[in-house]
Amino acid sequence: MDDSAKPRHTRTIRVGNLARVEGEGALYVRVKGNRVEEVRLDIFEPPRFFEAFLRGRNFAEVPDITARICGICPVAYQMSSCQALEAALGLEVGGQLKALRRLLYCGEWIESHTLHIYFLHLPDFLGYPDAVRLAQDQPERVKRALQLKKTGNELMTLLGGREIHPINVKVGGFYRVPRKAELLAVRDKLEQAREIALETVRFVAGLNFPDLKPDYTFVSLREEGAYPILQGRIVSNRGLDIPVSAFEQHFQEEHVPHSNALHATLSGQPYLVGPLARYNLNYDLLPAPLQSLAKEVGLGPVCRNPFQSIVVRAIETLYACEEALRLMGEYEEPDAPSLPVVPKAATGAGCSEAPRGILYHRYQMDEQGLITEAKIVPPTSQNQKMIEEDLRQFVAAHLELPKPELTMRCEQTIRNYDPCISCATHFLRLEMEHET
Amino acid sequence: MRPRVLALGNPFRQDDGVGPWIAKQLRTAGLEVLEVGDDLTRLVEGLAGADEAWVVEAVCSGQPPGTLHVLEVGYDPLPAALNRLSSHVLSLSEALELARALGVLPRRTVVYGLEGRRFGSGEGLSPEVRQAAEAFIRSILAGPGNAPVTSTPQRDT
Repeated sequence: MDDSAKPRHTRTIRVGNLARVEGEGALYVRVKGNRVEEVRLDIFEPPRFFEAFLRGRNFAEVPDITARICGICPVAYQMSSCQALEAALGLEVGGQLKALRRLLYCGEWIESHTLHIYFLHLPDFLGYPDAVRLAQDQPERVKRALQLKKTGNELMTLLGGREIHPINVKVGGFYRVPRKAELLAVRDKLEQAREIALETVRFVAGLNFPDLKPDYTFVSLREEGAYPILQGRIVSNRGLDIPVSAFEQHFQEEHVPHSNALHATLSGQPYLVGPLARYNLNYDLLPAPLQSLAKEVGLGPVCRNPFQSIVVRAIETLYACEEALRLMGEYEEPDAPSLPVVPKAATGAGCSEAPRGILYHRYQMDEQGLITEAKIVPPTSQNQKMIEEDLRQFVAAHLELPKPELTMRCEQTIRNYDPCISCATHFLRLEMEHET
Repeated sequence: MRPRVLALGNPFRQDDGVGPWIAKQLRTAGLEVLEVGDDLTRLVEGLAGADEAWVVEAVCSGQPPGTLHVLEVGYDPLPAALNRLSSHVLSLSEALELARALGVLPRRTVVYGLEGRRFGSGEGLSPEVRQAAEAFIRSILAGPGNAPVTSTPQRDT
């Protein structure tokens, strides 16, 4: 609807499909005078389809089926589902099998973060409409980004068994574990990737960031002695510290009228998951050289500006490269690729740090190992309410901006979260109504 | 010259899975096939180094289900009518243009788009889409020069 079609004193800003967000959905913002009256983010949730689809399936099929929910973060789905089923069966996967899982996950962090930094988020900061225009002006930078991302993909292929939708992970471990020589074959590429990741940190730290510093409730995993990727306790900056099995006692999902999606809250309040939350809650677990680098590029132990999440993602990408090299160097082939698994009637929960934040799974199975109930809470569902809050604050503080710029900044605010709505839905449409 | 086949789509989104479905049949027949899935930066990587590339993808343009769209994109971008209909990270159009900007788009690149009917969550192809996919595979496997060359939709002016 254009301006002329609205009653006097009403202004409507409408943007077509919001690009560079994975998947589809809709956003509606209504401003009256100097007040933001309403912000609604509307997405659909295929994980709900998968929860129904999984019922009656054998537990052993779950990791491969859930890996199909998202083409960008299949490893996260495999890891959270495996850990939930292993918790149900009383299995603890440790030693080199655990290290291999962490290595596989590093591959996913590298590819997913690089994709978001360069192809989805960076064009916003540099004033390009999309990554194509960026590539036309700066082809070498984009080629290096593709090289970095591809290295992450190669790690996933090596350990996951194939290019997309990995199939080598199973409840109890892996179907096949690599020989040391196979891992070392990608070592040189990872060392190059580490250089590109370092370049990336320095480059994105020099961007201009809009001023926004909400008083977030951060939620992430806290892993013993290591920056969290694979597992851990669920913690917050408000004193929460619980085992994964207690997730549903503290986090609620509620239906909201404008959305098919469930909105997650922590004791009724919105919260933030993802790189910014991980960084703020686990800065002390980053290796000392990375802490120094973070300081050098202007990030302290606390970073509350969501626009700077691009810098945090870059630091996490560099961490994933270094962690992968460390894990490769220490790798020794385990005696068996997996632990023996015997099904039984049981329930278990698992949680891991997907690139976009904590991904929670819970499964109940019967004595034959058939799934009777499945629950999946992806990070984007958890962040939805927080995205709305960020938009509310940002729009309220920047009502003086010209309409196109305000709209662009709203899109950028959404992309700060790297929302993986393809775990969820179709197009994202952005619609703003401004009543004066 | 044997083409490299790049298949896009998600088999859990009904007719969106026609690309992977075709990929499976063509791989069995011995063609070089790369499944791209949802992440179209992989398409850019997959196009690099190919002499000729065939991109197989589901399309939703309002044509009858099963319609085959054939679009040569080695020199010209995709028609605007097909630009935005993607649930992938980058759209197909963006990925092709990214490849062009980076100088890795083969001159002979053809997009074979099969019009789908259902794109909601679920498995399996609509009957008319499956029939069209089978016909497409038969024509491909009949030998060089038999690839379909018709049904390209009108370009936007």
